[in-house]
Order: sequence, then C-alpha cells, then structure tokens
Amino acid sequence: MLSRTAENLYWLARYVERAEYLARTIDATLRVTALPAAYIGKTNEWDSALLTAGVATSFYETYEEANEHNVVDYLSFSADNPSSIRNCIEAARLNSRSVRTALTSEMWDTINSAWIELQEVWSKGTSTREDLAKFLRFVQETSLRFDGSAYRTMLRNDAYWFSRLGLHLERADNTARILDVKYHVLLPEEEHVGGPLDFYQWSSILRSVSALTAYHWVYRETLKPWLVADLLILNSTLPRSLASCYDNLTRNLDQIGVAYGRQGPAQRHARGIRNRLEHSNMNDIFQHGVHEFIQEFILDNSRLGEIITKQYLI
Amino acid sequence: MAVAFDEMNIPGGDLRPAYQELARWLKETPPEALEYRRQEAELLFRRIGITFAVYGESESTERLIPFDVIPRIMSGKEWTLLEKGLKQRVRALNMFLRDIYHGRDILRAGIVPDDLIFQNPVFRPEMNGQQVPHDVYVHIAGIDIIRVDAEDFIVLEDNARTPSGVSYMLENREIMMRLFPDLFARHRVAPVERYPDELLSALRSVAPQSASGEPTVALLTPGVYNSAYYEHSFLADKLGIELVEGRDLIVKNNEVFMRTTEGVKRVDVIYRRVDDDYLDPLTFRPDSALGVPGLMSAYAAGNITLANAVGTGIADDKAIYSYMPEIVKFYLGEEPILKNVQTWRCREPKDLAYVLDNLGDLVVKEVHGSGGYGMLIGPAATKATIEAFREKLKREPEGFIAQPTLALSTCPTCTASGLAPRHVDLRPFVLTGSKTTTIVPGGLTRVALKEGSLVVNSSQGGGTKDTWILDE
Repeated sequence: MLSRTAENLYWLARYVERAEYLARTIDATLRVTALPAAYIGKTNEWDSALLTAGVATSFYETYEEANEHNVVDYLSFSADNPSSIRNCIEAARLNSRSVRTALTSEMWDTINSAWIELQEVWSKGTSTREDLAKFLRFVQETSLRFDGSAYRTMLRNDAYWFSRLGLHLERADNTARILDVKYHVLLPEEEHVGGPLDFYQWSSILRSVSALTAYHWVYRETLKPWLVADLLILNSTLPRSLASCYDNLTRNLDQIGVAYGRQGPAQRHARGIRNRLEHSNMNDIFQHGVHEFIQEFILDNSRLGEIITKQYLI
Repeated sequence: MAVAFDEMNIPGGDLRPAYQELARWLKETPPEALEYRRQEAELLFRRIGITFAVYGESESTERLIPFDVIPRIMSGKEWTLLEKGLKQRVRALNMFLRDIYHGRDILRAGIVPDDLIFQNPVFRPEMNGQQVPHDVYVHIAGIDIIRVDAEDFIVLEDNARTPSGVSYMLENREIMMRLFPDLFARHRVAPVERYPDELLSALRSVAPQSASGEPTVALLTPGVYNSAYYEHSFLADKLGIELVEGRDLIVKNNEVFMRTTEGVKRVDVIYRRVDDDYLDPLTFRPDSALGVPGLMSAYAAGNITLANAVGTGIADDKAIYSYMPEIVKFYLGEEPILKNVQTWRCREPKDLAYVLDNLGDLVVKEVHGSGGYGMLIGPAATKATIEAFREKLKREPEGFIAQPTLALSTCPTCTASGLAPRHVDLRPFVLTGSKTTTIVPGGLTRVALKEGSLVVNSSQGGGTKDTWILDE
C-alpha cells in the first residue's frame, strides 16, 4: 500500500485513541475534584491532568493557573491546543478523507458523524456539567465505535495492522504518561507519604484507563499502589497495560513482516521492549526506580514510532 | 428571450411521453412523502460525505450540492441521437489535438487562425511532436449540453481537461434507487453503474508499450483541499486503484514509481485530476507542490500515459469552441450532429462592436474561465456591472467571447412552493480508449434552483438531478 496511506491510517488511529484518553482523563479528574479537599490533599488535579495530557507547557503560555474551567476547555475544545479533543477529531476526519479508499464505510461513517456532531452540537463547547458529561460520553463512544468498526469490518491486511500500530503506540504512551505523573502516589507503602488520601488518586488513575473494575477481578484485593502499578505496567491481560500494548505491537509488526517477507529495525526494537517488560517484576522496577523506568519506556516507545515511520511510512 | 423548452409539458396541456409515468406517480404521491424523502436524501449525502469545497471561502468549508429528487427523463431515441453526436464531437477533438501538436493541417488550411493557437496560454509547446499512446488525448470528456427545443442538442462547452461531476451521476442514481424503488419499478431506466469499469478498461487500454501485461493505473489528486476531492477518492475506490498525491510519486530513469510500504512500485497510467500547470514543477509552475518533478520527462520518454494528455486545454478553449463545427467537418467530412451556440469572438473587431452594442442582452464569458466565475449575464446584470464589464472588454477583447442568453430547457423541480420548472443542462461523460469510445447512458444534470436563474454551476448555487435514459 501507499506509504502515505499507511501513515494516515496510523495517525488516524492515534488521534482517535488520544481523544478518548483525554475524555477519560477529564472524567477522572472531575470525579477526584468533586471530593472534599480533605480526601485528596492540596494537589491541583487540573494541573496534573495537563501533565498527563502532555500539554502543560503550552497551557501555561496562555494561562496563569489551572482550574476546571480553563483546563476542560483547553483539553476539549481549544483551537490553540494541537491535541485538544476537537483538534484530534478534526485531524482524524482529515486523515480519513485522505485515505477514504482504505477505510470501511463503517469507519468513515463513525468519524464523519463525529465530526458533524462536533460542529453541529459542540461548536460552542459545553456550559454545564451535564453537557460536559454528555460530550465526554460522545467522545468515548466515538472511539469505541471506531475501534469496533475497524475490528469487525477491516480486512486483516497491512491497512489493519498499521491502524492497530497507531492505536497501541498511542495507548502505551498514554498509560505511561499517567504513570509518570502519578508515580509518587504509587510507591510502596514504606516509601511514600500520604496515607489514605491516596486511595482516591489510585482509583482515579484506574478510572482514567478504564481499569477500576478489572483491578478487583485481577487481584481480589483492596486498592494497593504497587498492585495498581503492576496492573498498568506488567499485566498483559489488561488491554491498556504497557505489556498488553507491546504484545499487540510485536504481533502486528510481525504480521507486517510476514506479509512483506522481511523484518526490520521496527520488529527488533518492539521485541526488545516486549522482552524487557516480560522479564521484569515490580520489585525490580521499584528498585530501579519507577520514575526512571517509566521515563525510559516513554522514550523507547516514541523511538519505536520514529523507527516505524522511517521503515514504512515515508 | 424566447420561452424556455419545457421537457415535461407540451404547450397546450399534454405531457411528453417520457414523463407520463412520472406525472402519474407524482399525482399519487402526497407532497409530504416527497418532502420526507428529499430530507432523507440530504441526510445520506451528508453522511457519505459527498461534499465539495467552494474556493474563496475558508479552507475547511465543505458544502453539499443540493440534490433534487425529481429525475430528469429522456427517451431512448433522444439519447441515441445525442450519443452519436457526442462520439463524433470527441473524435474530432482528439484528431484536432493530434493535428495541432503534429502536422497542423488545420492551420495551413486556414480554418483556425494561427495566433489563436500559438498565443494561447493553454497551448503546450512541450507537446509539439510528442507521441501519445494510441493518439488519444482526451480519454475523458465532459460535454455540456443544453436544449432549447425538442429537436436539437446544443453544446454549451467542451471539457477536455479534467472534467468533474461523474461521481454525482453515480451517487445520485444510487440514492434515487434507495429512496424511490417504486418509481424505478415503473420505468425501464438504463443503468449507469458500469461507468467505473468502462473507465478502468479505457485507461488500461492506453498504457504505454513499456508497461507490464497488467498495467498499474493510479489517480493523481491535488489533495483533500481540492474542490473535487470527494470525487477523486470515490473514483479511486470504485476503480480499485491507488489515490496518489504528487508526493507519493517519484521519477527514476524516466519511469514513474509510487512509494509504498514495500518499497517503490512502477505506475503506467495516471488518471490525473491535477491541471497541466501543476503537473511537474520542472516543466511548468516551479512553485507547484502538487506535482511530480520529472513527470514530463518520463512522459516524453513514453513510459507513462497521462489521462487526459497534457495540452488538451487548447481544444476546450472557449475561443476555439466557436470553430468546432468547422473542425468536425474538416477532420471527419461530416456535418456536425450537435450544434454550437452562436458565438461572437470579441477578438474580431466586427464581433466586438456588436457585443459592446448589445451587452445588456448577451452572456459574456472569459475565454479561459470555468465554473461560472467571471462571466457577465447581461439581462440579469445591473447597469454599473455592465459598464465595468465594458471597460474590461475594451481593454482585453481577445480574452472574451459572447453568446446570446439562451433559454435553457426546464424540468420539474422541488421548490419551497411545490413543483416548478427550473432550467437544466446536461454533462454526459465520453470515454475514449485505444479502440472504442463509450458513453454511459445519462450524465450529470445540473439545475439552477433559483427561479428564473440560468446559472447551473454548483459554485454558484446550482443543484443536481438524476438523469434517466429510458431503455425502450
């Protein structure tokens, strides 16, 4: 297939995944901030929402202080924020238009309908909490519908695999970012200060990657920070864990390799990361430093993006 | 202005035969039902994303072309005549182009003046003596046809560069069949759906000699911001060929390749929807980011077929248009089946004088214009507009032609106050391959939705209709 087509499919999936992640982050932050201050401490949750979205620097170029009003607007609707939900959907639609021939009609319909709704219903943003909840649900449903359409209607060929690569690379990045911002509340008991306050932080993290219920099924335990970290980093049964993302990335890259009859640096690099995840346990990671581990992962993950681009997309 | 020819009603109260069944159906169908399906159609167009961009508005502006659900109907007999005329016309266009870029018999015979060719900005000296595969220049032609009476078909304009609109012909039919199965059941409408197949065979048939047995065809688009982008992606999809942009193609050793995830792949035929000017920055506009550097040298080396060929603009130029009847006679030795609109060439002093004296009654068009931009419709213009145009005309008379204001035929159309006659034209698409010329029965009917308006261009508020040719 055309390199540009593969590139568009890859980015299309990334934008949709990012939009959903932003919606989840806002949703989770709203819940935490709804609690009385006594339960969550003095941290500014809206500031940390900006950090997990990776847009804090650009935000503070315009605003002095992060609050619900300006952060929700910045993450959801701002035209100035290149990765606001609005811009993600706009970019997804533009990418879809460029590769219409590679999309199934269900996928196109999902993105095009979302784009139309964005203009017709959400052009002025949201004014009430109720509206905002509706908007966030709309974004998450769009992503689910897109993902489902891709899964159910695409041929299992390189078009599908490149789209999945975008999805999992973006997902791994998002999960890693939230861990990076919140790692201090995930340190083992003896090391961290904070106590019961952090319960709400933990549940908030799980909520933003839709893993709160999964946690209970996997561990049958009350919330424990190192188990939260274990779930999000190493547990390959959780679709948003780093391990699961890399299971998928290596599989999709291998499928491409087989179809094209040759492997390259992308396959090797992905396999390297996957091996590391497979042979790690939380003890080692804590020894090594969670922060360092996550930082390294974020760099490795974005390097994989660059390698894929060089190998296939240009 | 004469009374417009009504395609449905015969003066005196009778119906033309092709419309009898439709009239019966309309009588049985309550207006609400029609309105409901009209809205349904609009929803479908929006969902499928059949939009076009309007130049001069912000880049992201996409509009729907209004779709009128009342079909325009023509009898099989009428079509047979039109088809014959179209084939004749396109054959002449191709022979004219071949001649202009080779022997130039027609200039030596004094039929078309030299300067009209050589001083014309759309004449491409690069094409002099250049062999094009199978001598086909215009593979896809869109000939704009109007009617003023029951007998004749008149050519309003030849489009021999990159005519658009065929996706509407196909989608309009798709949507009509979905929304009005009952109406189809009562007619024998000739199908249009084989157009993509015909187009692909035509394109494959003109592959260069150096191509492999299974030539690779690609559609070259300027990109998502082009006004006809939807059509480009639609056609690529229906043809099952890659939709490429300039940056997807590279030229190596005078061969054209596309960049794929598995390395580069040779391309043999390019159905290009990019204008000549932007095709190759090394030959034409150096600032073009839409083109492919080196494409013209691969073309000269005979390793790629461009459809349509480079330089076809010289055949659909509005100044050349007025010579078409003579051109048909010169190459084919036949009387032209399709008529021309009477045209005054402002470059000729006698004609210019007449035009200046009668500006209020004429339509004046830019020789190189298209899309309904930059034209004067005398009877509809204010005094000030006419005077401003007069100055333009005096400054640069060779840039304009003038025609009488024609009463385009009318068809019944949905309006806010019920069904009413509106003016229409028709653009059938003529495909020329190495051996055959084919025309899918029908075309794109454009309709001026405003009462009394004669401008059917989508950029000027025109709509479209499904065009039915009855298979009797």
